[in-house]
Amino acid sequence: MTEALALALPEAVPVRRARVPERLVATVLIAGLCLVLVLILALPLGTLLMKSLEAPGGGFAGLSNFRTYFATPTLVEALVNSLAVAGTTVAIVVPLAFAYAYALTRTAMRFRGVLLALALLPLFAPSLLSGIALTHILGNQGFLRGLLMGQSVYGPIGIVIAECLYAFPHALIILMTALALSDARLYEAAAAMGTGRLRTFATVTLPGARYGLVSAAFVVFTLVVTDFGIPKVIGGQYPVLATDAYRQVVGQQNFPMGAVVGLLMLAPAVLAFAVDRLIRRRQSALLTARSVPYEPKPHPVRDGLSLAYAGLVAGLVVATYGVAVWASFIRYWPYNLGLTLDHYDFAAADSDGWIPYGNSLLMAGAVAVLGTGLVFCGAYLIEKLNVFSAGRALAQLLAMLPLAVPGLVLGLGYVFFFNAPWNPLNVLYGTLALLVINTVAHYYTVAHVTATTALKQIDPEFEAVSASLKVPFWQTFRRVSLPICLPTVLELAVYLFVNAMTTVSAVIFLYGPGTKLAAIAIVHMDEAGATASAAAMASVIMATALCARLALALVNRFVLARAQVWRRREGTA
Amino acid sequence: MTALGRLALPLVLALLAPLPAQAAERTKLTIYTALENDQLGPFKAGIERAVPEVEVVWVRDSTGVITARFLAEKDNPRADMVMGLAASSLLMFEKQGLLATYEPKGVEALKPAFRDAKTPYTWTGTDASIGVICFNTAEAEKDKAKTPARWADLLAPELKGKVVMPHPASSGTGYLLVAGWLQGMGEEAGWAYMDRLHDNIAAYLHSGSAPCVQAARGERTAGLSLDMRGAAEKTKGAPLAVIAPADGTGWDEEAYAIVATTKHGDVARKVADWGATKAANELYAKSYAVVAYPGVATVPANYPAGAEAAMIRNDLGWMADNRERVLAEWSRRYEAKAAKK
Repeated sequence: MTEALALALPEAVPVRRARVPERLVATVLIAGLCLVLVLILALPLGTLLMKSLEAPGGGFAGLSNFRTYFATPTLVEALVNSLAVAGTTVAIVVPLAFAYAYALTRTAMRFRGVLLALALLPLFAPSLLSGIALTHILGNQGFLRGLLMGQSVYGPIGIVIAECLYAFPHALIILMTALALSDARLYEAAAAMGTGRLRTFATVTLPGARYGLVSAAFVVFTLVVTDFGIPKVIGGQYPVLATDAYRQVVGQQNFPMGAVVGLLMLAPAVLAFAVDRLIRRRQSALLTARSVPYEPKPHPVRDGLSLAYAGLVAGLVVATYGVAVWASFIRYWPYNLGLTLDHYDFAAADSDGWIPYGNSLLMAGAVAVLGTGLVFCGAYLIEKLNVFSAGRALAQLLAMLPLAVPGLVLGLGYVFFFNAPWNPLNVLYGTLALLVINTVAHYYTVAHVTATTALKQIDPEFEAVSASLKVPFWQTFRRVSLPICLPTVLELAVYLFVNAMTTVSAVIFLYGPGTKLAAIAIVHMDEAGATASAAAMASVIMATALCARLALALVNRFVLARAQVWRRREGTA
Repeated sequence: MTALGRLALPLVLALLAPLPAQAAERTKLTIYTALENDQLGPFKAGIERAVPEVEVVWVRDSTGVITARFLAEKDNPRADMVMGLAASSLLMFEKQGLLATYEPKGVEALKPAFRDAKTPYTWTGTDASIGVICFNTAEAEKDKAKTPARWADLLAPELKGKVVMPHPASSGTGYLLVAGWLQGMGEEAGWAYMDRLHDNIAAYLHSGSAPCVQAARGERTAGLSLDMRGAAEKTKGAPLAVIAPADGTGWDEEAYAIVATTKHGDVARKVADWGATKAANELYAKSYAVVAYPGVATVPANYPAGAEAAMIRNDLGWMADNRERVLAEWSRRYEAKAAKK
């Protein structure tokens, strides 16, 4: 677009004079982004992956760990199981989430704010909670176990159900972003030409959301492959790659082998990166400078059906977590169903009492503020600037990486890198600051994909016009991109906050005396058999996250609605 | 951006600030432990009463996690001591030269099995953790299954698909049970027993406590786990029988040691001395039936009867040396087979 403009108006684009300092600033910023990402991702992971070449007792082993692992009879089984579970989950979750996102963004159904908040519920709850809920519902003592027709919930069935719950909001956020920004003029044109609803859907809606659909599929797939919490709790006798990594690292303290399994799990991320590059070439901006945002008009039948569908899905989600909350009040499941508040007195089950909850709040707040700044600015640099393309490609690759890295592997990498005696950064070890850095790194990808999806849909013409007006990119960023994307930015902040409240697998190696987090306390209480206390703490976390989400909804409604008025067409406003 | 910046700066400062220093004159001793949460308070109080110049700071997690973490940190250890951790873990640390040489005063009085047999002396045992069966009598009644007294009773057809145990490659408890059968019954008979037990096993779980917790909740009829977990679940109200099989069961012991790199060697040695005293063992005895100090025996509530008698002659060295071989054989027998189920 810039090139086209420059060709058309050669004298209007003063390439040399105004662009040189701007290019320099851009290059420095991109280099800075690369440096940060290398420091918080590449080096810790590299340090760990070097371990895959070490013998278990120390010393260089070359590729013999890989040979040993590939000779293990369980490997193929775990690999196939992982792929099967992940594939099934993608096939179930992506269409469900797409329909849900469509109902939320493209129809005028009622209760959209509430239905969005409810659908995000799984994101708000530590993953253990879905495990507790599923055992209460479908376990061998569960009140609906008949639904499984004699099958056990402990195995692939339980894993797929729990992973679907867990992955649904992640897919939903990406798909909503993809569907939220769209040009009403395309739909008007389609309507003017008498195009049918289905055809409009197939030729306008779907292509527009293509990037989001592919991203969502990869995100879900990778989340499922790398998650060990759910298979550990409800997987029974069904080995997957992530539990293989767990038993190597935690069961046998065999870090080289753990690193080997971790490397295997990186494969989907590398694939995602390649596909992203391919699509990027084809995706054209949807929101051009002349765009008019699509605003759904009331349509009783469509809206009614949407409400019924969304209500059903949200109802299932709420019911599941409702059971878990109920479980936190039960005196002793399943033999004494009397209700009690005792399990909320955490000091009885964990000597730290409520302190971990305070730690979690502080940590999550910091992750939300710092992480959102880093992720959004980073996505802008990668997406919108046309300098230092090698740096941008590196940053993009690094940004896609953490999704594919199991938390356990990332956490260990942090121990090896940030605790190394030669590393001046080792003063951070054991502090809340390192937990913040680790959590930002761990959840970088989905936040990055969301920010990128939003930015991709803004026409590069904005930058081109700014450039021709000699406005530096940071002005365009501040005046155009950031305001357009403000809803996405806030969404990112809440996403990061919520994940920081619930994360376990990476930080379990990193917390120090006095910085234990609530989600870790949950794992400890569950291990000690205090299931109800674990459910209680998880319910408190869920309530906190839900409050953050509702606060966002209020901000969107009362503050942003005014700030985004410009989007509306003057004639209709 | 500026608004974000204004918010971010104080946050960064707050995060980097050291935690408020409390009682500066006392030495902070970081102790890595796998003790149960409810033991941490009494243990801290006991240590600080005996050694007033010390302030105990716990980092607690499950045995597997804390062991992995300690080993991952070995180039720059953060712990001053380890305590309440399985001796099998401490043997690994000892092998890698991570523990300080120190023989606490008065260890001669302890039972021999609870003293480091090798020189240089590094670790001291506190109590034994014994493999038990958590048996849900309420669920068993529905299937007319008899409460087991010996390992062979778990092979009853009524228990098919109702037994869970920890996965020996994921959990120290799982390995302890397997090593117990192999040592107690002899290798050949031990594998033959596991072959038959495998037919009754519903799942090998990735946690040492989960089998007992699942049995307590009635998810399974029998869960193999450790004595203390069983007693605790029963105390909470689960319809459990906790059995230490009379034909001999595997066990491990909890132990403590000083980390080689500690800067607080003086106080750590005092804490180590305390750990071998009768008073300390009386504290251990509140949670464990079998402790290091002879004659200290107060049986905790709901503790399985005859546990000490059921303990096999356990060779911790054998357990450590044969771990890889046993796990490989176990995996060959039961994991490949699990696929065909």
